[in-house]
This record gives sequence, structure tokens and C-alpha cells, in this order.
Amino acid sequence: MTGTGMAPREFLTDRLMLGLVALVALVLGMPSLKPLFATLFPRLDRPLYEAESFVRLTLDHMALVGLSSLAAILLGGSAGIAVTRPWGREFRGLLETVATMGQTFPPVAVLALAVPVMGFGPEPALIALTLYALLPVVENMVAGLDGVPAPVLDAAHGLGMGSAEILFRVELPLAAPVILAGVRTAVIINVGTAAIASTVGAKTLGLPIIVGLNGSNQAYVIQGALIVAALAVVIDAGFDRLAGWLTRWSQR
Amino acid sequence: MIDFERVTKRFGSWTAVDTVSFTVAEGEFRVLIGPSGSGKSTVLRMINRLIPADEGTIRIDGEDIAALKPEALRRRMGYVIQSVGLFPHWTVERNIATVPGLLGWPKARIRDRVTELLELLNLDPRRYRGAFPHQLSGGQQQRVGVARALAAEPRILLMDEPFSALDPITRTSLQTELSAIHHRTGTTVVFVTHDMDEALRLGDSIAVMDHGRLIQCATPLEILTRPASPLVRDLVGREEWGLKRLAVETVGDRARRQESVTGEPLAAETPLHRALSEMVARGTERLPVVDGDGRPAGVLHLSDLVRPVPGGTASGGTA
Amino acid sequence: MTSRPTLHTSLHNRVALLMALAVAVAAMALPFLGFAPNRLLSGRPVSLWAAVQGLDGVAALIPGLVLLATPFLRQTRIWLGLTIAAGGLFAAGLAWLAGAHAATLAQGASAAARTSFASGFWVMAAAGLLTAVDAARRLGLGAVGRMTAGGAVAGLVALQLASGHLDALSILKEYANRREVFADAVLRHATLVAAALVPTLLVGVPLGIAAHRVQAVGRAVFPLLNVVQTVPSIALFGLLMAPLAALGAMLPGSGISGVGPLPAVIALTLYSLLPIVRNTAVGLDGVPAPVREAARGMGLTPRQIFLRVDLPLALPVFLSGLRITVVQAVGLAAVAALIGAGGLGAIMFQGLFANALDLVLLGAVPVILLAVAADALLSIGIAAATHRVGVLPGRSAP
Repeated sequence: MTGTGMAPREFLTDRLMLGLVALVALVLGMPSLKPLFATLFPRLDRPLYEAESFVRLTLDHMALVGLSSLAAILLGGSAGIAVTRPWGREFRGLLETVATMGQTFPPVAVLALAVPVMGFGPEPALIALTLYALLPVVENMVAGLDGVPAPVLDAAHGLGMGSAEILFRVELPLAAPVILAGVRTAVIINVGTAAIASTVGAKTLGLPIIVGLNGSNQAYVIQGALIVAALAVVIDAGFDRLAGWLTRWSQR
Repeated sequence: MIDFERVTKRFGSWTAVDTVSFTVAEGEFRVLIGPSGSGKSTVLRMINRLIPADEGTIRIDGEDIAALKPEALRRRMGYVIQSVGLFPHWTVERNIATVPGLLGWPKARIRDRVTELLELLNLDPRRYRGAFPHQLSGGQQQRVGVARALAAEPRILLMDEPFSALDPITRTSLQTELSAIHHRTGTTVVFVTHDMDEALRLGDSIAVMDHGRLIQCATPLEILTRPASPLVRDLVGREEWGLKRLAVETVGDRARRQESVTGEPLAAETPLHRALSEMVARGTERLPVVDGDGRPAGVLHLSDLVRPVPGGTASGGTA
Repeated sequence: MTSRPTLHTSLHNRVALLMALAVAVAAMALPFLGFAPNRLLSGRPVSLWAAVQGLDGVAALIPGLVLLATPFLRQTRIWLGLTIAAGGLFAAGLAWLAGAHAATLAQGASAAARTSFASGFWVMAAAGLLTAVDAARRLGLGAVGRMTAGGAVAGLVALQLASGHLDALSILKEYANRREVFADAVLRHATLVAAALVPTLLVGVPLGIAAHRVQAVGRAVFPLLNVVQTVPSIALFGLLMAPLAALGAMLPGSGISGVGPLPAVIALTLYSLLPIVRNTAVGLDGVPAPVREAARGMGLTPRQIFLRVDLPLALPVFLSGLRITVVQAVGLAAVAALIGAGGLGAIMFQGLFANALDLVLLGAVPVILLAVAADALLSIGIAAATHRVGVLPGRSAP
């Protein structure tokens, strides 16, 4: 199943495709909705957010989420692998405790705390988002690797596979659905937190919302909110699709 | 005591129980046996109205159970299931006290009853009354399950494959204890199983069911010697038919009363297949028999084990 | 036994070693405090050694020696207990040192001068606490033990706060300036969470029971709630504004408005429903069928089965849903400050918009403490509800 050759009706009921079309339409077509917002909010001088283009903001938003998630996957994934190896086992309990406790910290508070430590701008936002995304990634990496049945590992050892072969050919593929679930949680949280990151100086889709809220411009708020909501739904639907493929692939 | 009169139960288009009629006498140990899907569990669960009958009448002591409140009816009967179903958040004591509590027994009486039942089922009350179900082994859990069913001194005990999930040793010892309890209390028991050895061992009478119909209802001896259909013969099995045949009679039934012989004696209630095993093990053809009080009760001869029995042999018997 | 101890065999706790290295590096290379003449200028760094004055200052660092020694000693139960105490005391002692030195610095400076915690403080305090957490795990300390230890450390810091020992630190100067605003904010924050919890429980619990009993309900409700959970909070707040504002305009005098607590409570409720509905349903689904069957067979009425069997057995899973809900709502209520709902988020964002970093701390740190406290309290409840049941039907993911 590669996703090609989709029937028209399937296409119309597909959440991912619909969301993607809606997202692209909103991002590219928002300027042409200016008359609509002017009618809806007749008292506003500027019914359309024009300080930055929505294309630019969406790309920046996605870059912030993408970079922080990628960093979290690399760092968190390595840490998760390390503590499930014999030589790193000693650190496992601590890592799990930190991951569990850390997730009770509200993401917005972590984001705010980055400012006193690192100042304003996209960099502290990137670091705060990375730190927060680490937690679900690490938690699920450890849980996923832990869930690989012991008899399977025994058999792999018995077949003479080396530890690297076992990791890449047996453990990671079997743990993949659980790992993906962790990445999904991290990315979805980051899409939301990246929007709030506009308050610490990162230019994301949250910017029109913040500017709109501070300037009592509801049109700005709606424009930003619609796009960021669509972005989150599309990404979530994408993960749904990915998880489906992964399950089918691993059950082959 | 329990009367089924042309009882039918359908689930959608499937007839689980098809115009079944039978009677279970007061104090009888009745086993219901049959392949899975034969309707035996449905019959059992209709007795306490966990499943309502579609047609026909079920009476207990002459009273139509459809006229009773289901909860009141169920509190009068013990109910034991294969997966036990102990309440995991309650102690053993509280589990056993469930029905007496519902019936509003005084606290002291409940407490005494719990002690009595734990002792009856070979569980040390001091050790187990405060334990939680997850701290017990599977066999101990089912002992508590049986105790819980007996708690309010029910006149009827319904058991749905109660010992099927246990290991053979635990199963055998619980079967023995159940037999003893039945003899002592005179409770009427309806017992569902798919295991013919268990049925032959426990039942005063055995009802064989298939496709929702009652095929045969008879004593273990009759089931063995005069199976009513090929299905009953298959359930009994061709292998070791002779040993099963021996197992439904006791040493006391065949001993020669006037004789005596030296040696380690067998109890009169020992099943005959065990006696045969003893003879092979000891390399002897004669064994002394003692009665329940340890007094000599005659001698069992090897030849008596194979002598033809009134009632004839089964066609499935080994040549 | 003639072999000499090698470096390898004398290393007993690599986690503690890593933490000890962090403490050592932070003590040598990182600023312990920052001192600024006023809150707009950036501060000059103050090292740990400059902050240690007098015998009591040295005494405050003694637990640090235990932390440095731990990696190389056999991890007996007594030593692990000592390590837990040392980790907590070290963190509390650092706060004490910071407070004392801030007071010294304040004597020779103007009232506008600010002393705040710097990276060295945070690294050392975190390393101390993490060593203690790891030692507690090695010791096999239960939930109650860990809570007690955590509570003791929190108590030591609270004592310093109450006695005014930390008053010269900038975050407390901010607090002193806004004592009443702060108290109102905490109250408002808690009220927002509680106000969202009432409709959540009233709607969510029956919905969860319905989803458990009728599959179709679950199939209809869960995808919807999942999408809501996906939408970023700031977007949901924003999208609720316009319709509510329009409704308010249509019903003058109703008090309905697009900003303020109402849209916040509505949005919080929408987010809170998923964990409550899901965990109510999952908890009830987890009650073993034979247990219900046995209950019915013994003559318990449907009502008795629900109250005596379903409810207690589903409680642990339900409570973990409640924990997720409350912890999440504490964070979301902070975001709600952006639409004028007030609460601690208002202080935090005011600090961010005005570039007042101590104000950010004054808002963000209590938000975290509230979330951690709610988590700890509900964890105790979950532990109490679970300890009899033995094995849970399954932990639900956050």
C-alpha cells in the first residue's frame, strides 16, 4: 500500500487530504478573504494581518517544530537506547523519573522559563521546545524497547546476531509503533507551544493571535487560530496515516 | 426439587436449548456434560435466571422461578464459575460474606460462618481471612469461590466448569473435597463440565446434552454400559473404557465378605481402578478390604474385577 | 583477598558520579547569582565562593561533600538514606546561601538593586535533587516515602520563605511589590481549573459510562474529543472569542463575552473531557467480566454491582485520568491569561511583554509548583485506590 491511485470518493472522505487542502487554501488564500473579514468586523481599520505573510509564518512555525522535534528524536532516541543497553542501565531509572516528572511541568511554563535563562528570540524557543519534546520521546523509546519480547531477543542472540544488528533489525522495528506514538505526542505539543512562542520573540503562527489579542483585533486572532488549528489537525492525521502504515508493515 | 418442563432458549436464530425437560431430586449431584455449544451452561444459567427462558417452565420446589425476584432467587443458590470472579478489592473474608451480608445476617454469625467454611475448604482462617485474592494461587482462589457460594447455606449449588482451569493435582483434591461436602451437607448440586472422567467421578446422575437437546440422563454406570447414542459413546471414549468402568464402582461392591488375607488393606470406598493399580504395583491378585471404621470387610480378587457385570458390556469395550 | 582496589571497583554509582561532576563544574565555572543595580540592567555574575561567608555558609555546603563522596562508596541502605538527605539538604542549603548573600549585597546597594538565581544555582540544585531521587529509587522507597522526602525539602524552602530569609532575592522583591495581585492570581488560577472541572465531571463521567456500555457512543465521541485535544490551546481560545463575543452582543446583560474567564472555562472543559471520558470508559472496561458475572450470580442488584464492584475497581484508572486533566488544566489556564482570564499566566505574560524576567519567574514557577502539587496529591489518591486491587487493568497514556 503506497497511497497512489486513490479513488475520488476516498479522496473526499480522507481526513489527511481534506485537512491538507484546507490548510494550503487557508495559508495561500487568506489575503483574498480580506473583504470577508472587513464585512465581519466593520469597525477594524485593518481586517487582515499583513505584517508578515502567512506563508512565511507557516514555514517558520513548521521549521521551529521540525527542528526541535528532530533534535528531540536524535537526543531522546539515543538516550533511550543508551539506558536500555547493559552499560547504560544504571541511568535508566533516573531518566524515566525525569521524563515522567518533567511532563507534569506545563509546556508554557517551560517556555517562559527559557527567557530568564536565554533571553528572547527563536533560539530559546527552539531549546525549550526541544527539552519538552525530549520527555515523551525518551519515555516511549524506553517503553518500546522494553516491550520487545525476551524470547525474540533470545532467538536473535541464538542466531548469532551482533548487538548492533539486534538493535537495528529486531528491537527498533518492533518498538517502532510505540516510538512513533511518543514522537507524535511531542510534535503535537510542540505545534501548540510554538504558537505560544510568539510571546518570547519567535515569529510563528501565534504572532497574529498575540498581536490581535493585544490590539483587540479579532480578525487577526481568527486568521492565526484557523491556520494553526488546521496545521495541527493535518500533522495529527499524517501521524495517524504513518501509524497505520507502520502497523501494516510490521504485521506483514 | 428442580424441574425443567419443555424449556427452550434462543439467541437470535440459534436455538441454544431446545425443549428440554428433566428433574433434579433433592440432594442429588447432577452433572451436565456435552461438547461446547451444547447448551449445558445455558441450562445452568437459566436455573438462577442469569438467562431467562423463552418457553417452558422452570420450577424450584414447585414454584415457578419466573414469578420470583431474580436477586432473591440467586441469593438462595450458590454459584461457582470457572474464572472464579472473586472481588479483587475485597478480602477473602468479605468475599465469602457477600451473600450473608446481602441477607442481613448478624456480624458474629457471618464471622463464625467464614471461619467454618475456610476450615471446610482446608484454608487456615488465621492466614487467609484477611488476604486479598491476588495473593492466592489459582486453586486457593477457587476454594474461596466455593466457600463464597456455600456461605448462606444454599440448598442448591450451581457450578459451571469450576475446576477446568486448575492443574490436575489441585483439580483432583478439590473434586474429593466437593464430594465430601456434598455427602455431608446434602446440598443439591448441578455441575457443568466437558470432562467425562470428572462427570463419572462426581455425578449421582449425568445428563448428556448436544445441540441444545438432552440426549441421555442416567447413572454413571448406565452411561458407560448403555450409551444412548454414538455421541455419548464418543464422550466416554474407547481408550481405557475398562478402567473407567472400574472407576464407577468401589472395592466394597466386589469384595468377598467372608474371606480374609494379610497385607496393607484398601478402604471399601476406593474405586476399583485404583485397586487394580495396587494389585499390579504389589504383584498380588488378592487385597484385604476394610470398612470406614477400619474393620476387615473381606477380600478383593483380581478375577472379580473382570467378571461380567449384570447389565452387559459396552460395544465400545476393548476386546 | 590481596587484590588492590582499582578505580573501576571503587566506583559504585555512576549516576551520582555524573551529578557530582555537574555540581563540581557548576561550582567552579558557572555564576551562582546575578547582581544588577536595577531590574533593567543585566547583572554581574557572583560565584558560589564569593557567596559563601562565615562558618554557617561553609556548613550549608557540607551536604555537598556527601554528594561528592557517594559515587565512590558502597551503596548500603544507610548510605543511600544519607544521600537522599544530603541531596535535599544541599538544594535547600543553596537557597539559604543565596538568600543570605542577597541580603548582604542589598545592604550596600539601592532599593532598585536585584539579586537573582543564576545558572550555577539551578544546575547544582537540580543535580542535588536528582541524586536524591536516584538514591530513593535504589533504596526502593515507596510512593509515600518519596512524597515525605520531597515534602521535607519543600518544607525547608517554605520555612526560609516564611521567615523572610529569602526576601532580598529579586523574585521575592517582585512578590513583595505585588503581594495582593499574586494572591488573587493564585486563587483565580485555581478557580479556573476548578470551574472547568465541574462541567467536565458532570458531562464526562456519564459520557464515559455511556461509552463503556454502548460502543457506538465511544465511536462517535472519541474522534471528536481527540481532534479537540489536537488543536493548540491558543487557537481554541482564539476561535471561541468571536462566537462568544457575537453571542454577548445578541444577549446584552447576559455577561457573556469573548474575553475573560468564560471562554477560558469553556476551552478548559473541552480539553479536560477527553481524559475523563476515556479513563472512565477504560476503567469500567477493565473490570473483569467474571467478577461482574459472579456478582450477578450471587444476587447483587444492578445498582449494587455498579456501586460495590464497578466503581471501586474503575477508580484507579479514573483517578489517573483526573490527574492528567488537572495537571493539563493548570498549564492551559496559564495560556488562558492571553484572553484575559487572569491567573498566574497573567503575571507571566506581563513579565514577558514588559521584559521583566523576575516577573516571568513569579508567574511561571508557581504554575509549575501547582501542577507538581496537583500531580503529587492525586498520585497519593491513586496509590490508595490501587493498593488493594493488586493489578491495575492497565495504565492509560497521558
